[in-house]
Amino acid sequence: MKIINCPLNGPRNASEFVYGGEVKQMPDPAACSDREWAEYVFYHYNGTGEVREWWLHAPSGYWFIVERHRVTGEISRTYDPSELDQGEFFASVPGAAEEINS
Amino acid sequence: MPFSLLKYGLNNDYPFEKDADLPPPVPLKSHYDVVIIGGGGHGVATAYYLAKYHGITNVAILEKGYLGGGNTARNTAVIRSNYLTSEGVKFYAESVKLYQELSNEFDFNIMYSRRGQLTLAHTDSAIRAFRQRTEVNKHFGGKTELIGPQEIRELVPTLNMNPGHLPVLAGLWHMDGATARHDAVAWGYAKGATQRGAELHQLTEVTGIKTENGKVVGVKTNRGDVGCGVAVQAVSGHSSLLAEMAGFRLPIVTYPLQAMVTQPVKPFLNPLVSSPAYHCYVQQTGRGEIVIGGGSDPYPLYGTRSDLNLKEGLLAHAIELFPFMANLKLMRQWAGITDMTSDYSPIMGLSPVENYYLDAGWGTWGFKSTPICGKTMAELVASGGKVPDLIKPFAMDRFDTFRQVNEMGATAASH
Ligand SMILES: Cc1cc2nc3c(=O)[nH]c(=O)nc-3n(C[C@H](O)[C@H](O)[C@H](O)COP(=O)(O)OP(=O)(O)OC[C@H]3O[C@@H](n4cnc5c(N)ncnc54)[C@H](O)[C@@H]3O)c2cc1C
Repeated sequence: MKIINCPLNGPRNASEFVYGGEVKQMPDPAACSDREWAEYVFYHYNGTGEVREWWLHAPSGYWFIVERHRVTGEISRTYDPSELDQGEFFASVPGAAEEINS
Repeated sequence: MPFSLLKYGLNNDYPFEKDADLPPPVPLKSHYDVVIIGGGGHGVATAYYLAKYHGITNVAILEKGYLGGGNTARNTAVIRSNYLTSEGVKFYAESVKLYQELSNEFDFNIMYSRRGQLTLAHTDSAIRAFRQRTEVNKHFGGKTELIGPQEIRELVPTLNMNPGHLPVLAGLWHMDGATARHDAVAWGYAKGATQRGAELHQLTEVTGIKTENGKVVGVKTNRGDVGCGVAVQAVSGHSSLLAEMAGFRLPIVTYPLQAMVTQPVKPFLNPLVSSPAYHCYVQQTGRGEIVIGGGSDPYPLYGTRSDLNLKEGLLAHAIELFPFMANLKLMRQWAGITDMTSDYSPIMGLSPVENYYLDAGWGTWGFKSTPICGKTMAELVASGGKVPDLIKPFAMDRFDTFRQVNEMGATAASH
């Protein structure tokens, strides 16, 4: 079986993991336009390069970041979300960055 | 020996069809009225109906590989119309009607075989959802009934009615459910289109879309540039990549979908059987092989590899439903890449680029719609961009206005 390297639990069977979508910036739902919200919810990266993605290690409930190639499927890096620059994807939601830290 | 048999035996014309083959390749012209990108079932059907009903034959179908070698050759050929929304049911029912006449129309056997599809309910909530689908289907003239365990046993005596923790409680019995030979569908449309004057260019990959003032004017290919008045993209799993060439994005994510087939056995299963709870569907082909399909891969990928993870899970479920299959050997396995939308309905009609039309978002369920897609896309092209009523609900901008056509419950793992 394919093995994914979990930053918390080490190498585990792929069947223990759940794909959680691309890492992207969430607009402020209270302030953004319908078009911006649609962009966030429905329009995802669907190219042929490498993407940063959220993945969950289901047995331990741990979310982390995977850098994965969309054609070869190869995973080049996995790491804890604290390594992300949180401004990158929570910038416009007041209070969100603090929430994830607590 | 009857005389007529002898006559046929000595006759050069029989039983061969005179125009059995596609015309030989021709050079690409510098300009066509219509360029169709993608020579799958949808692309060639569009060319066919353009020629047949609208007299538009200065048409080139550009296919990067070979005719019907994409998802048209990879699907499990389920044809049905028992969807959930009225928009969906109306649309798919039209397609089923067209399919029923297709062998006659082509004078070529697409091996259409109507044997009914049985979807299993293993929970009370599934029964409730099936009730709703039954009523919507009947309302639009479909033949669908909710049936109980006794009738299921009679239809499928080999089915395990008590698999694991999910007993079979009821079934959605869709009498219009059918299959057809998918290659033959592509061949029939391609022959009909080329005989009427359209050109099919295989091994011709579109590598760029040329626009001027927001309007499509041509495409770049590995065989040179081609001008066009109108372009239609029908490239299934590659939809986002073509749209990107044309300069816009689609609310689509590409996932692999896998299927497999066992060695042939004696006929034991007439209906197509599907279990959404087990993410699994099983059907027997005319040759006796058992086709097994299921849900998409659990993460996006542009890859047609077939992997062990999915196979193990899917086969475990198939064997729960039909325990005797545990003794069979797998013969083939494969995957296609599918263009998934979040509401499990297609994206058809206009795009942000003028005269550039979309037939996309067909995901895991677009074989059954091949005839009606061809017909409605041809109408769209011939009318100069007037969107036919039947496909209006599938417009791309429904995502910006949050007016999705939610077919999730009616699509997952039953195609
Ligand atoms: C395993 C599997 C099972 C399925 N089961 C069912 C089922 O039971 N019932 C059902 O209704 N649907 C099913 N589907 C879905 C169905 O197969 C597709 O939705 C349908 O075949 C799409 O037809 P199409 O003509 O649009 O695409 P395709 O047949 O994929 O044709 C698109 C063509 O475009 C070409 N192309 C791509 N990029 C370019 C380019 N740049 N230039 C030129 N050409 C290009 C490709 O080579 C391809 O031949 C299944 C799919 C899979 C993978």
